[in-house]
Amino acid sequence: MQALHFLQALARIARAAPKPAHSARTRQIRHAAYASMAHSSRSSRRTWSRALLHRLRQRQQQRPGRLLTVRRRVRIVTPITSRPEEPARAETLRQLVPGGRGMEYCNLLEETADYVQCLRAQVQLMQTLLDAFSS
Amino acid sequence: MSSRRSHSRHSNASRITEEEINELVSKLQMMLPDAPIRRNSRVSARKVLQETCSYIRSLHQEVDDLSEKLSELLASTDTDSAEAAILRSLLMQ
Repeated sequence: MQALHFLQALARIARAAPKPAHSARTRQIRHAAYASMAHSSRSSRRTWSRALLHRLRQRQQQRPGRLLTVRRRVRIVTPITSRPEEPARAETLRQLVPGGRGMEYCNLLEETADYVQCLRAQVQLMQTLLDAFSS
Repeated sequence: MSSRRSHSRHSNASRITEEEINELVSKLQMMLPDAPIRRNSRVSARKVLQETCSYIRSLHQEVDDLSEKLSELLASTDTDSAEAAILRSLLMQ
């Protein structure tokens, strides 16, 4: 599902006329990569995929032509986690996993595993495509 | 280093959650790139999370790099190479 979604998106990007600039096309491909991850049937039930889709939609509404998206680091004053003895590292992880900030520690670990698997699959897919069509 | 243990005696519900968390941390450890090497060693939860963060960052970077390369690939389909033709027929339905 993830692969199919990505290939279809890639086809749309390839067909676009007039041909977009390299930087714009790179951005579109990257967007398609994350969208495919979020839309894959396994992950669509996950909190991270909903948060990711939300983030992607927000980015699309930004001024077009932007090369880099600005990552706004929201400072969370009140602690969200309920277990005081949780490792401090979890804060970094929460920033890396979409939607991580609102999760309970246990859910965060589960979501992280799923997110990593999806990321890996996406990277493998993109690498396979590159290898198949590069001489 | 072993995983953290709470000092006070919690209820049964909390003890079960502790085990679940250990399992989930193990699962994450298995997904790390050097998992086969470290299979039998006990790694602290903190360390696993730390390395998971690094791993996720590197995966994000790979997505960026591969997007860049795929973009170049799509740009090169203007050529008459066999690869370009195959790519075109695959992608353009």
